[in-house]
Amino acid sequence: MPSVLLKYVMAVTGAIMLLYLVLHMIGNLKIFFGPEALDGYSEWLRTLLEPALPRTGMLWIVRVVLAVSVVAHIVAAIVLARRARAARPVRYAHRQPVQGSYAARTMRWGGVIIALFVVYHLLDLTAGTLNPNGVPGAVYDNVAADFAPSHWYATLAYVIAVVTVGFHVRHGVWSALQTIGLSNAATQHALKTFALVFAVLLTAGFLAVPFAVTFGLV
Amino acid sequence: MKVHLKVWRQRSAGDPGKIVNYDVADASPDMSFLELLDVLNEQLVLAGEDPVAFDHDCREGICGACSMVIDGQPHGPEKATTTCQLHLRHFRDGDTITIEPFRAGAFPVIKDLVVDRGAFDRIIQAGGYISAPTGAAPDAHATPVPKDHADRAFTAAACIGCGACVAACPNGSASLFLGAKITHLGELPQGQPERDSRVTAMVAQHDAEGFGGCTNTGECAVACPKEIPLDVISQLNRDYLAARKARRRSA
Ligand code: SF4
Ligand code: FES
Repeated sequence: MPSVLLKYVMAVTGAIMLLYLVLHMIGNLKIFFGPEALDGYSEWLRTLLEPALPRTGMLWIVRVVLAVSVVAHIVAAIVLARRARAARPVRYAHRQPVQGSYAARTMRWGGVIIALFVVYHLLDLTAGTLNPNGVPGAVYDNVAADFAPSHWYATLAYVIAVVTVGFHVRHGVWSALQTIGLSNAATQHALKTFALVFAVLLTAGFLAVPFAVTFGLV
Repeated sequence: MKVHLKVWRQRSAGDPGKIVNYDVADASPDMSFLELLDVLNEQLVLAGEDPVAFDHDCREGICGACSMVIDGQPHGPEKATTTCQLHLRHFRDGDTITIEPFRAGAFPVIKDLVVDRGAFDRIIQAGGYISAPTGAAPDAHATPVPKDHADRAFTAAACIGCGACVAACPNGSASLFLGAKITHLGELPQGQPERDSRVTAMVAQHDAEGFGGCTNTGECAVACPKEIPLDVISQLNRDYLAARKARRRSA
């Protein structure tokens, strides 16, 4: 498949995951409205579109779409990374990047870190196996146990992962817009600013929850 | 002025090659970078050594031959400047300067700093042209071109096919070159009949030559001596997707 199309796959699957992340982030903020709000929201997600769909039907549709996107995104990234490596068999003795932002240069390793975190995150707060509380449906208690000051390493891992997501999204959004052909001399600057603001808001929204728990604000 | 050079020496394509140190004691700040290499080569010839092979032709910044990476930057540290137009006054007396060939699998080293950029020719052959009947040239005013299209075509047409974008790209991609050609011809009425087949064939040839994919990092546009803007790659992507849709419609 041509690299241009693989990039298109990355842009579209990235957009799907990004849409999910925005909804996830907004959902998380329910914690500021108290335990019932958060647990109730989690229950609502399971009854969504009932009775047209069975219980948790919508949840599973979202999960399948996300899983397909994640796999396609990773496969395309691996193929492109291998092509990039083959395209420069002999490295420069002396070459420092001039333009590439930190975000652009860390896309590949950042992606790996995010993928590893997602596995842990699912085992922690979805399956509950790695959660110190781990009671299904007791979302608030699980989150509170996770980010308690004594469980600081989970908080640290979460913060590192979210910041990595922020960088990934900062370059990813801009890159995707360029890939689908929306960038031109007039819009380039605005698109980059939009990507930056988007990434900062997303990161802040996700970080609000662990910080609030650790510092006893909720 | 005195400069210390670390130059990539490689006898042939098969030779592993290595950096060799040279001193040039009597360089002038008014010399171009290629003249510095001329002086070095005179020195080497007098000493009975093999001169450094490097590509050059016009020496006025229009042919794109003078490929080399100077201190880690294709065409050296000056903005919008080819190696032949780079002058030693931008360096300091006593500087150490590293000179390497453009590094890309699709640009194999022939000797020292000379690489084979035939891959670019093959990309152009795949579609970087318009088919026109021969005979008397048509009246220049017969086909009106809107001013902004003409301007954008001209910006893109400034590409001299030097390959610095590939040399700078962390993915070894030739997307800026490709985007420049697609934009140049795609903005003009003469380029329309072959617009879809051009982009499809050129993208296929680009990949077949072993160039990598674009990650929109932007190193290319910084290195480009003709300041081709990064958004020509966006235009390339858009045209490619449009061509695919058109093919599906007609299939
Ligand atoms: S786009 Fe710029 S750097 Fe690339 S080949 Fe053309 S002139 Fe050289
Ligand atoms: S020698 Fe022609 S551009 Fe430098």
